[in-house]
Amino acid sequence: MPAIQIYKDIYWVGAIDWNVRSFHGHTYSTKRGTTYNAYLIMDEKIALVDTVYGPFSDEMIERIKEIVDPQKIDYIIANHVETDHSGALPAIKKIAKNAKIICSAKCKDGLSRHYYGNWDYQIVKTGDTLKLGKKTLSFLEAPMIHWPDSMFTYLVEDQILMPNDAFGQHYATSKRFDDEVNQFELMDEAAKYYANILIPLGSLILKKIQEVQKMNIPIKMIAPSHGIIWRKDPAKIINAYIDWASNKTKPKAVVVFETMWGATEKMARKITEGVTDAGIEVKLFDLNQTDRTEIIKEMLDAKGYLIGCSTHDNDMLPNMGGFLTFLKGLKPKNRIAAAFGSYGWAGGAVKGIEEAIKESGVELAQPSISARYVPDENELKNCYEFGKEFAKKIK
Amino acid sequence: MDKYRCTVCSYIYDPKIGDPDNGVKPGTPFENLPADWVCPECGVGKDMFEKVSEV
Ligand SMILES: [Fe+2]
Ligand SMILES: [Fe+2]
Ligand SMILES: [Fe+2]
Repeated sequence: MPAIQIYKDIYWVGAIDWNVRSFHGHTYSTKRGTTYNAYLIMDEKIALVDTVYGPFSDEMIERIKEIVDPQKIDYIIANHVETDHSGALPAIKKIAKNAKIICSAKCKDGLSRHYYGNWDYQIVKTGDTLKLGKKTLSFLEAPMIHWPDSMFTYLVEDQILMPNDAFGQHYATSKRFDDEVNQFELMDEAAKYYANILIPLGSLILKKIQEVQKMNIPIKMIAPSHGIIWRKDPAKIINAYIDWASNKTKPKAVVVFETMWGATEKMARKITEGVTDAGIEVKLFDLNQTDRTEIIKEMLDAKGYLIGCSTHDNDMLPNMGGFLTFLKGLKPKNRIAAAFGSYGWAGGAVKGIEEAIKESGVELAQPSISARYVPDENELKNCYEFGKEFAKKIK
Repeated sequence: MDKYRCTVCSYIYDPKIGDPDNGVKPGTPFENLPADWVCPECGVGKDMFEKVSEV
């Protein structure tokens, strides 16, 4: 696949990672693969905005060569330290010896702690601009969206925003634009990305969007560093981010459980029935059968979480422990939750779940429900009522 | 003088220590930090800080 002109004198020179199935180590499952988007801007001066993940360096360099001799690159804009975008820097810097790296102060610090290269840097701050000839780049620092070093680059004349990871999707496709792909797949991946990476940063994201709106800069196109480019409807993803960052939810519950011999699963099913009969949308997930990344995506628009686990060594099971550690990091706001689970003697899982729920800042909406060994008919009825009760709090 | 915690990265601003690397002298109360002061760890603004309640 060749370099693709996305706008006048601007080329996509990134790489498609069709088969990557886990990202950030094993924190994110990329079932549709991903793309690393790098953009080459041709003007009197030549600029490369971001690079690709290291193993794809040659692919990126080959694409650049179709347009220009990479030695001639004058500037490399590094919007973000993370290696999926900076990994090809050592390779391109070997060729583009005179290219100056333009980045935030924190980015320079982070890049030097990754690559230890004796590179020529120019640090930029919000409001700084760089004239390439006809085109001007303007920079906007975006700390913690999603790392301290994060920055957005805006092409003033062309009205194109290059916000790096923001508005991205882990979505491998041979198409480069929003209007060319399946809309369900696109929004599914955009939501999954927001849910698993950006939930804890919602208030910063809202402020940043407001800041950009106040600057009154027209945005014709958003070209992120993963997935497709929003050219037909950039407002669609901006509005989705505003909704997600404002913690807008639906009347919907997600039941997540981990079970040893099926007793906690029985409880989960009865609870789910109760929620259903109360007229609230609900989804039930066995933590060990479903990808965590997918479950977290389902939790993005849900108001209520019902979390269950059987007791093992006086505490919850280890995969539930990992799941709740993830939830504690996300700290979703404006949500409610309750815990349930079976036990044999002393118990402990339910208490552990409740502590984790509190630590994640989610409101415990009702006392937990437990059953010793296997729930009897009466206890299952109570589980049903437990679900119904919880559903009322969602309405 | 109160300590303040960055709600994004958990950095604690201790007025006794200040932020000398960024030109803030020891003994500077949080309220007197310049408006453009940012968290030295993660870079977010003053508005992302909350007062640490004394135990
Ligand atoms: Fe990143
Ligand atoms: Fe990324
Ligand atoms: Fe911070």
